[in-house]
Amino acid sequence: MSHLPAEEKKHVEKRHVEKKQHNPTVAMVLSIIFAGLGQLYNRRFIKGTVFIVIEVAFLVTMLESINFGLWGLRTLGTIPGTDHSIRLLVFGVLALIGVFFAITLYVFNVLDARKQAKRIRDGWKPMKFGEAMRQFYDSAFPYLMTFPGLVLMIFVVIFPLLFSILLAFTNYNLYNSPPRNLVDWVGFDNFSSLVTVPIWQDTFLSVFSWTIVWTLVATTLQIGLGLFLALIVNDSRIRFKKLIRTILILPWAVPAFVTILIFSAMFNDDFGSINRDIIIPLFGGEGLPWLSDPLYARIAIIMIQTWLGFPFIFALFSGVLQSISKDWYEAADVDGGTRFKKFRFITLPHVMFATAPLLIMQYAQNFNNFNVIYLFNEGGPPVRGQNAGGTDILISWVYKLTFDTNNYSMAAVISIIMGVIVSGFAFYQFRKTRSFKEEGEI
Amino acid sequence: MNQKKKSRIEVAAIYIIIAIFAVIIFYPLVWTVGMSFNQGSSLYSSSIIPENFSLEHYKWLFSEESDYLMWYKNSMIVSAATALGSVIITSLIAYAFSRYQFVGKKNGLYVFLLLQMFPVMMAMVALYIFLNMIGLLDTLTGLILIYLGGQIPFNAWLVKGYFDTIPRELDQAARIDGAGHLRVFWSIMLPLAKPILAVVALFNFMMPLFDFLLPSIVLSSADNYTLAVGLYNFINDQFANNFTRFAAGSILVALPIAAIYLYLQRYLISGLTAGGSKG
Repeated sequence: MSHLPAEEKKHVEKRHVEKKQHNPTVAMVLSIIFAGLGQLYNRRFIKGTVFIVIEVAFLVTMLESINFGLWGLRTLGTIPGTDHSIRLLVFGVLALIGVFFAITLYVFNVLDARKQAKRIRDGWKPMKFGEAMRQFYDSAFPYLMTFPGLVLMIFVVIFPLLFSILLAFTNYNLYNSPPRNLVDWVGFDNFSSLVTVPIWQDTFLSVFSWTIVWTLVATTLQIGLGLFLALIVNDSRIRFKKLIRTILILPWAVPAFVTILIFSAMFNDDFGSINRDIIIPLFGGEGLPWLSDPLYARIAIIMIQTWLGFPFIFALFSGVLQSISKDWYEAADVDGGTRFKKFRFITLPHVMFATAPLLIMQYAQNFNNFNVIYLFNEGGPPVRGQNAGGTDILISWVYKLTFDTNNYSMAAVISIIMGVIVSGFAFYQFRKTRSFKEEGEI
Repeated sequence: MNQKKKSRIEVAAIYIIIAIFAVIIFYPLVWTVGMSFNQGSSLYSSSIIPENFSLEHYKWLFSEESDYLMWYKNSMIVSAATALGSVIITSLIAYAFSRYQFVGKKNGLYVFLLLQMFPVMMAMVALYIFLNMIGLLDTLTGLILIYLGGQIPFNAWLVKGYFDTIPRELDQAARIDGAGHLRVFWSIMLPLAKPILAVVALFNFMMPLFDFLLPSIVLSSADNYTLAVGLYNFINDQFANNFTRFAAGSILVALPIAAIYLYLQRYLISGLTAGGSKG
């Protein structure tokens, strides 16, 4: 700047000093003391007033109920018969969510004050009112769009999940339930009784291992069968492809709710048509105990799920197979590749690349497949020395604990264990999905 | 010649395999249709080919003493509201997540992905207590709200993936011409995303129609039952006694749905692969 005339240099310095007087730290501290004060200091009077009004309204209306909610969450009530522990827990969770949003807004208010003050220091001129409103609308637009969905999701998904997690650390069950009794926090007691009390330990181990077997076997079978049928129907020598595909997709089109109940009747030990029309005429004897023997019930249920599940995979794979270019196979023919090699090195990689995330989802779905287990046989048959049936998987066991025996806290413990496993699936999806790489911009 | 013979045997084997599967697929379906035409309600005396062919169960469903039509109406209300609501809510969210930068965007996506894995079952106790507290227990509104909230994580992800494939140049051009946020959404994004929105609408129409778990917990009076709960109650009380009636009632719902699915299956599959894997 040495070549500038002295007077102009002085002028620049003066303006610089003037700008420096506006201190971002002051704006920040003011906003921490009370929302909106920093904005007033920045001479954004409308914004500041709005913030102050919001905070006053919040303090007047919400403070008491949040305080009450947090008190309830801490103590779960103190007077048996008057305080309803579970309602207090609900209010407590809602209060927690409220506090979370209040803190988020407060942090936003402080950061906003600081950013604004910095800009003023650096010589920013306030905009006209209309322009400012426009800018506000631009930056708030994505929040406005997501707001309705967010509210619904908080009440229907996030709040219930938090509630379930907290329930696992209480002693809420049929014998200890409000309004007669108070529910208490018991820490990790439920978790430890799951692994130490014999009946819980036995049931948990057998249900857990069956859940794993069920998920792996049923899903792999339906994927394998779907792939096999897609391959043979895709053979160029086969005719009437459209008709064959329609037939093979049929089980997917019929509502599963209906077909499971139909199968349940067909597998009935005494008058089901599987025993009456197939097993007894072919093999003689009394028929097989499909519903009353755990092993047969498990076999039946895996077969049913395969019947229900393979058409979707079949349709998926058929679509992918048709999109693989013929050039690949012609090139393989020139090189003298065998049929197996063509499958192994051309077909399989193509199919897997396009569908891997959906296949993983199939495993996750079967892990949580309440419908087929419950509607087939209500998780039965009963097993001695356990409080779950022979075909119960974790989710149907949770259902029974909740609605049959009202052992809410134990149901919540098992839900948490399921949640941890399910997050494993989710984690795999994170890494697979490309959506994260394409960031949206405006 | 030998090569030709081998090929013929292979083709024959493939046809045989397909035929076997066709039998396995049709057997339970044909059996159900047969049951529904049997006289009487006992499963034991019924057979695939009815000895006394009768339409009595179908007639009964439409008679005065049955609630079947009311359940049908309830199911239609729930399904239509869920389908429409889910398209509106998810397309708004997906638009924000696909085209804008905002605080919490990346974490929001992670949360969606995580939440779509959790089954509604895990939230059941809390939902029951909560609906009870706000007085929406045993109402269709409560049921619809739960469906609407629960579908967001999965479908927002699906639609966002589709929006991402719509070239940004299009909306940037519209913005230069002076289109606002909503204008771009309404005149560019929505028309171009019709296929995936149709998939979302269809899924959300079908899902409540045959969901059994949630309505069986939320709805308690027979006037509010949806089809799945009502039909289940036909066979739940005395299993063998009402199965034929259940069969008739199920066929009347399953037929139109199966027809729609078969007609639209190509779009459903392509919608899923487009949003799910290519994202």
